[in-house]
Parts: sequence; C-alpha cells; structure tokens
Amino acid sequence: MMQKRKPLRLALMVMGAMLGSSISLTTWATSPASPAMLSHTCNGCHGTDGNSAGLSNPTIAGLDVEYFEIAMTQFKSGERPSSIMGRLAKGYTDEQIKAMAAFFASKKFVAAKQTADSGKAKQGKVLHDKSCEKCHGSGSKAGENGALAGQWKEYLELTFGEFRSGKRKGPDKMKRPLAALSDADIDALINYYVSQK
Amino acid sequence: MNMNRRSFIKMVGAATGAGVLGFPYISSAADIMPKTGRRVVVVGGGSGGAIAAKYIRIADPTVEVVLIEAEKSYIACPLSNLVLAGIRTLEENTITLDKMAANHGIKLVYDTVTAVDAGAKKVICSAGAIAYDKLVLSPGIDYRFEEIDGYDPMTTPEVIPHAWKAGPQTLLLKKQLMAMRDGGVVVMTIPQAPYRCPPGPYERISLIAMYLKQHKPKSKIIVWDGNENIVAKAALFRKGWSKHYGYDDKDTSKGLISYNANSKLTKLDVRGMAVDNGIELLKGDVINVIPPQRAGVIAQKAGVVGADKKWCTVNQVTFESTQVKDIHVIGDSCMGGALPKSTYAANSEAKVCALNIVQALNGKELIAPSHVNVCYSYITDKEAVSVSGVYVEKDGKTIAVPNAGGLSPDLNEIEAAYARSWMTNIMTEMST
Repeated sequence: MMQKRKPLRLALMVMGAMLGSSISLTTWATSPASPAMLSHTCNGCHGTDGNSAGLSNPTIAGLDVEYFEIAMTQFKSGERPSSIMGRLAKGYTDEQIKAMAAFFASKKFVAAKQTADSGKAKQGKVLHDKSCEKCHGSGSKAGENGALAGQWKEYLELTFGEFRSGKRKGPDKMKRPLAALSDADIDALINYYVSQK
Repeated sequence: MNMNRRSFIKMVGAATGAGVLGFPYISSAADIMPKTGRRVVVVGGGSGGAIAAKYIRIADPTVEVVLIEAEKSYIACPLSNLVLAGIRTLEENTITLDKMAANHGIKLVYDTVTAVDAGAKKVICSAGAIAYDKLVLSPGIDYRFEEIDGYDPMTTPEVIPHAWKAGPQTLLLKKQLMAMRDGGVVVMTIPQAPYRCPPGPYERISLIAMYLKQHKPKSKIIVWDGNENIVAKAALFRKGWSKHYGYDDKDTSKGLISYNANSKLTKLDVRGMAVDNGIELLKGDVINVIPPQRAGVIAQKAGVVGADKKWCTVNQVTFESTQVKDIHVIGDSCMGGALPKSTYAANSEAKVCALNIVQALNGKELIAPSHVNVCYSYITDKEAVSVSGVYVEKDGKTIAVPNAGGLSPDLNEIEAAYARSWMTNIMTEMST
C-alpha cells in the first residue's frame, strides 16, 4: 500500500541505517525543491497560505506574480530596505523566486480583520483615486501593484514610514504624488486601505 | 570522579534502555483507533508536531493524521523571557489545538504516549494502542539533571527553577525575582551547546537585567556560561548590554551583568543556595540553572536517540530516524545539521518532513528540502535583534545557504515590532 515504486531501495536504505553502517543516505534521488517546499517555510512569518495574522508582516497571498518577483529582487539587491527580507531573499535563485511568486499568487487573499475610521477612509478614497489609482489599480487590492488594500494598519504605517523617511525609494513617478501628501493625508490613505475587505 | 550513586544507576539504566533494537518493546495493548487507510501518527503538539500534522493534511487530505498531545493547552516558549520581566503574560503565549485539528481534519487525542512498538508500528498511550504507517516524534527536550551533582529532579526545580519550558517554572522564577531584595544577586548557569534555543539564555540575561535596572538597581546578575563564548548573536548581546545595562567586557564588576565564559556548573548546593564549577563557589539570592538537555523522553523510549545518548540523528531529507524505520523526529530532539534548536526551525523541519512523508506514502520521489530560520531576541522591552538563514540539504547534511541570512545590523524597535508579529504568526499557524 505504500512505497510501491521503490520498496527494495527503501528497505535497503533502512536496513543500512538500522545496522548503523556508513551507507550514505545521500544516494536518495530527490527532485528540486518544489513551489510548496520553497514557500511553506515562509508561512512561519507570513501566515498559512501567506495570510498574515501578525500586525507588522504583510499578507503575501494573492500577490501579483510580477510584483512578488520585483519585491524579492529588490530585497536581494538591497534597493528595498528591510529588517530580514534582504538577508533571506539572498538565499534564493531567480527561478526559485518565480516558483514562490506563482505559489502565493494562487492563494486566496484574506483581508485583515480590523476596523478603520470611516471618515478618514472616505477622505483616503478621494486621495487614492486622485493620486494613486493610476498605478495601484482597483483600490490597490491584492493582485495589483503594492497590494495595500486589506493589509494590517501597522504594516501600512511601517511601509509609508519607509517611503516618507526616504529610506525606501519607489519608482520615479511615485515621488511627486508622495511628496504632496501631508501626514493627515497619509493617515487617511491608510484608513482607506484598512477599510478595504 | 563526581559520579554519585544515583547517576551511576541512571547510566546503567540508560545503557540497557539503549538496547531497544536488541530487545524490542512488544505491546499487548488493545487498539483504540482501528486503522483503515494510510495513517501518520504525530506525537507532540508543539512547534514541530502541530505543524507536521497540519501540513501533512494540506499536502494530502487522504492521509489520516492522528495528533497526540498530553496537554489541553500549549504554552509556547518564545517571548516567555518577557514574562520574567513582567512585560508579557503566559496567557499571551498559550494556544489550543482543537480549532486547528478541526480545520484540517486531524484526529486530536489528548493522552500521554508511554511507549513505541516499532516492530508492530504502534504507539502505546495510557488509553491503548494506536497503529501507524509513519510516526512523527516531536517531543521537545528532556533534561540531563544527572550531570549536576546535588540536583534532585523532583525537588531542586521547586527551589532553583530552570524555567526552560514555559509554564509554572517561568512563573516561579518571576516570583523569586520579584521577592528578591534590592542588592540581591541573581545567578544563572548556561549548559554547553547544543541546547534548546541558542540565544534564549542571553535574552533572559537581558530581560532580567532590565527588571533589575527598573526595580532593584543595586542588584546584579552573575552568569556562568559552560560555553567559551555567548552561543548566538554574541556581538549584538554585548552591544545591547553595554548600551542599556552598563556591561563592560573588560571589567565584569561593572554594570548589572557579570558574564563569565568557560564556567561549567558541576555541582549544586541547594540548601546553601550556591553553584559550584569545581573552582569556586558562588552564592545567589535567586538561582536559575538551565540544565543540559537531550531528546524528549518518548524519543529515548522509542530507541531513536543517537550514539551520543542525547539527540536523534535523522535523514536530512525526510527527518526519518537513522536508527528505526518509519519513525521521524523533528524539532529540538533531532540534530538538523546547521539548523538551530529553535521554534522556527521546528516549524520548518515539520513542513519538510510532512511533504516528504506524503511523497513517500504516495510512492513519489522525495523533494529537496528548503528551510528558513528566523529568530528574534529582546534586549529591552522595546529593542530586539534577529538572526535568519535559508537552509538546504547537501551531501546528506543541512547547511546554511552561503551569503544569505545573518544578523540584524543593530538592536532597534523595528526588530521588536517584527518579533511580536512573528510570534502572532507562529502561534496562529499552530492554532488555526
């Protein structure tokens, strides 16, 4: 019922092991790390299926494939600032990053369960539509650039803080709209993204 | 020769116990869960076991998974050092497994596994036997109390807590710290590596120092480390101790922390409240002895502990014991190559083990492992540091991917924010 294909080899391996012999266990043929193998371990910090319960870590379920790849590549090069992601991204090849991107893109995004200030969220929507929607389409939902909608407030605050401090450089076309925003505007935008389900 | 009568008897006991393969345990207990299809039994619902059970079901929902855990609620170790400093509660570290088991169709059994019949492929619980095709053991750690002269496993921890499994021991140590007079001496001893949570003792030193600074500034914590240096994140801990607690590398009489390397505890005077390393005797008002450790009790009983009589050697692709077929060992009990004995490593090992158990059950080719470790330590209530790594298997060994991973450049508040977020996700993965 189990191990139908290779009973003999398995049996030999185990016998060797039980005898405590020096038979190498490395002769096991393995296929390269699969998308699930590469991605499951990310869930420790980003939540099962990439849906984060932790307030400072973003949900990565349902991310656009290209956006995921750019994020990882920029972590790797140091272009995007990070505490830990730069160090981890260096551990993966471009092909592995592609595989993880496809894996998480296939997972359903679940919006963080949190409440927004509805007045601020309304103002935020106006600001978003005027300054951000062109690139961060559909209210920056998962699958769009940035995937800001439905992320945890704490994560959004960290992210906006990085842009505001100049630590994180966005694309050139983001500079002008970002510079034009006041602290109150950013608070409104964050509330808008928090309000999105 | 320091061996007393008790440790001699224990050694003899361990030697005969090690002959499990020669004298296999044969059970006569009745099956309490008749097996119909393919079944994996997981023993231990902690950082490793709960995740292994869940990810086997995620990989293949046709495989029956039985998860056996002794406790109805599980108290996680990470961040439990914050409890000592009064800035976190144990309740915040507590989860239950019921919802997770229901969500993923896992059969959850609250019981204690007393033996493994590897020949008949059954685990023996107090309620009876449960058969398996594959067994995953994730029992955490047991202590090598017998290596400390004068240590009575029953009574000593009630006076000199180890607090190395989060729970009542953590609260006892906290209570003792709170009751201590200003000007008192806290003594801590650290065992030689490997032990559970390499940076854990140093985070504990930091947070006890923080408590002393705030509440008992005339006091001091004196540390005897059995290792030649701080085992993990050494430079960051020293930096943090200097920044916040007046630590001086060159002069241990300064500041709140006196750290002494190469100082292995050999003997304990419980009545006199003193530790002994064979060279000097040191008295403490509060003493925290972190004992040397080994694989959890059921790993010893199952005969999967390696030649060192301490830890389980496992195939690094499948986490199957190199000694007993179809028994896999994950988490602190196993030797995972370059992977540390951390919560995140247990989580990662569980997922690798789960995927490859399912591959094996389905007669498919095994998949090359890919692990991550991420581990945070607090220096104060506000500032933390981190270490991370990506790990793969090469020539039968688990190695860190070169030029990746490493330490946080500094201690700061952002690391602490991520530490809290990390903890939430780790606990949520286990409980949903």
